[in-house]
Amino acid sequence: MNRPPRSLVALLAIGPAAALVVFYAWPFATLLVEALDADAVRSTIRRPDTREVLWFTLWQAVVSTAVTLAAGLAPAFLVARYDFAGRRTLLAVLTALFVLPTVVMGAAFLALLPPSLDRTVWAVIGAHVVFNLAVVIRTVATMWEHLPPDMEWAAATLGAGTWRVAREISLPLLRPAITGAAAIVFLFTFTSFGVIRVLAAPGTRTLEVEVWRRATQLGDLGGAAALSILQLAVLAIVAGWSAWSQRRHARAIDLRPGQRRRRARTRRERLAVVLIGGGTALVCAAPLTALVVRSFSTPTGWSTSAWRNLGRPEIRPGIRIGVDPWDAIRTSLVTCAWATTFAVAAGALASLAIAAARRAGRLLDLGLMLPIGTSAVTIGFGILITFDRPPVDWRASWWLLPVGQALIALPFVVRTTTGVLRSIDPSLSDAAATLGARPWRAWWEVVVPHLWRPLTVAAALAAAISLGEFGATSFLSRSGRETIPIAIERLLGRTGSLLQAQGYVLATILAVTTIVLMVLVDRSHDVLSGPHRAGRGEDRVRR
Amino acid sequence: MSTSVELRDVTVSFGDAPVLSHITLEVAPGEILALLGPSGSGKSTLLRVVAGILAPDGGEVLIGGRAVTDLPTHRRGVGMVFQDNQLFPHRSTRDNVAFGLKMQGIGRDERRRRADEWLARVGLDGFGARAVTELSGGEAKRVALARTLAAGPSVVLLDEPLTGLDRDLHDRLAAELGDVLRGAAVTTILVTHDRHEARAIADRTVHITDLGPPRT
Repeated sequence: MNRPPRSLVALLAIGPAAALVVFYAWPFATLLVEALDADAVRSTIRRPDTREVLWFTLWQAVVSTAVTLAAGLAPAFLVARYDFAGRRTLLAVLTALFVLPTVVMGAAFLALLPPSLDRTVWAVIGAHVVFNLAVVIRTVATMWEHLPPDMEWAAATLGAGTWRVAREISLPLLRPAITGAAAIVFLFTFTSFGVIRVLAAPGTRTLEVEVWRRATQLGDLGGAAALSILQLAVLAIVAGWSAWSQRRHARAIDLRPGQRRRRARTRRERLAVVLIGGGTALVCAAPLTALVVRSFSTPTGWSTSAWRNLGRPEIRPGIRIGVDPWDAIRTSLVTCAWATTFAVAAGALASLAIAAARRAGRLLDLGLMLPIGTSAVTIGFGILITFDRPPVDWRASWWLLPVGQALIALPFVVRTTTGVLRSIDPSLSDAAATLGARPWRAWWEVVVPHLWRPLTVAAALAAAISLGEFGATSFLSRSGRETIPIAIERLLGRTGSLLQAQGYVLATILAVTTIVLMVLVDRSHDVLSGPHRAGRGEDRVRR
Repeated sequence: MSTSVELRDVTVSFGDAPVLSHITLEVAPGEILALLGPSGSGKSTLLRVVAGILAPDGGEVLIGGRAVTDLPTHRRGVGMVFQDNQLFPHRSTRDNVAFGLKMQGIGRDERRRRADEWLARVGLDGFGARAVTELSGGEAKRVALARTLAAGPSVVLLDEPLTGLDRDLHDRLAAELGDVLRGAAVTTILVTHDRHEARAIADRTVHITDLGPPRT
């Protein structure tokens, strides 16, 4: 075997590992210390409003998850079993919604709903459902596609009608996929932050919102830390339960690759396709359409004034609103450029190290995945309270925000590149060695050239994550240097139709940019080899 | 209760490719008919049309003299043994056999008794509690057959039921299958590409190419 020398692997790994320790492990430890202060825990848990927040977080997540599952199963069946005009478009719209930043989703629902429903918990649940529909449809449809249709037909020949077949055969067999999807939706809605901040009434608080409120508005760091840890504990329990349940219910089903989808033949089937497919498409397209429409609507009729006046923060001569949309775009672009650079550089080094070190690389790989399991709010909060005293008082440093965002994007960069690097045939290095290349030269000639393509994809992914990031940014962005998501939240929280319209303009710009970036990522996935694919399905970061 | 099966001028095509073209076929009550033909000739498609799994593009299906073309599968009283059995992996062997009885609303004790009876009849006495994923190929075939017959269908469709078994087991099961079907006195359409198998089991054998209008 001709492996790159150990010293090279160590050299590659040291940078990313150090970054992980400084910007993830250390803040996390600080958070733990802050939270484990006995007084903080006791007083936080005893407060009645903590119990209220916990109860609200829990029930809205449970209801959101249940409704998402109920709404997603029929379309999942349709997508898995039928070929119909617009099937690909439907999947594309679902994916587009799925990758939107949380703030944009909140804005889209705010734009869609009538004023009577605005700022209600039902609006929040509706947004959660539409947002996460893709998780259920994609996860369940993928398994359903591989479930032999003849098994359902066998039940029908034994006298089971449609519902009975679903209840007795399909749903029990799909249970691992359903449980998996439910766990993901629950985790996303339990940690909901952006949607709540934009869409819910000011007093509505999930644990995430409460952590942010206590930390930044009330200065109760101990309480915020205690709640962060409480949330992490709940998430760990749910994730553990999901893994256990999936293992327990996984069966040796004779899953067939690529069952043939069929066209609807009977009138009943055609009607079902139109109703379920059309209904789902409508539900998905409506919020995005409303967003664009509202950016052109003013009390006096249609106008492009919100678009034209983006760069003018003065709503009347001399009266400024404190948020300059054009400035926010500039700040976001600069932050995004740095965050992408940091994430791609660290991710590239880490991937090369992980692929070269094989077994020892697993530890680094695992460590770099940790930020996925930690909410963005927790990451931002941890960084904020760690780097606030000399000699590491970095709160005013321009680079702290991009570093925080890069940390969130890093797992996705590593996932995208490592898979490709790992799939390189080791005998290629051997071949290079037989031609006279030293180990490091063989590595340089054989492995490194494979890095660029997945890295471009990873860069697009990191850019999309950074542009839409809201959780960590809420803690790390400085006043006067708001990013687009922060500006959207501020603008939509104000009264005044021009400000609202400007909020919708920014949300539209962010939505389109994110979707374009993710389309690029998705397209390139088809040309990337390797088993690991990022940016799809459950591999999503919540921003 | 056995009953007649009739196909009148049945046509099925997938896209532009015709699979069954103007097929006409009659099976008498209690008759065991073997349908022969090479693979890809539409034999399985024909069974699916009779079972209501596939709606024909044209023509009619009659069971017991009644047009059932628009009747959904679960109301046709047609049992089917699939080529690859399609046993339900999340249920025990007994619960697989009892599934049809459960759909008929029969109580648990009675279901259990009748399922065990059928298991005994196909030579699998005491297999009730086993997981179907642990059954051998021959055992799974028998369970699939018992499951279909236990539901008491008026028509049974067998889609290459003995394919994939070794020669020895194949011959033994072929003989048993004929006996079981005759014992149940059920109208049967058996699809196979094996002439010997057809002769061993069926009362009458037809070739699928003889069912449509002469090809020009």
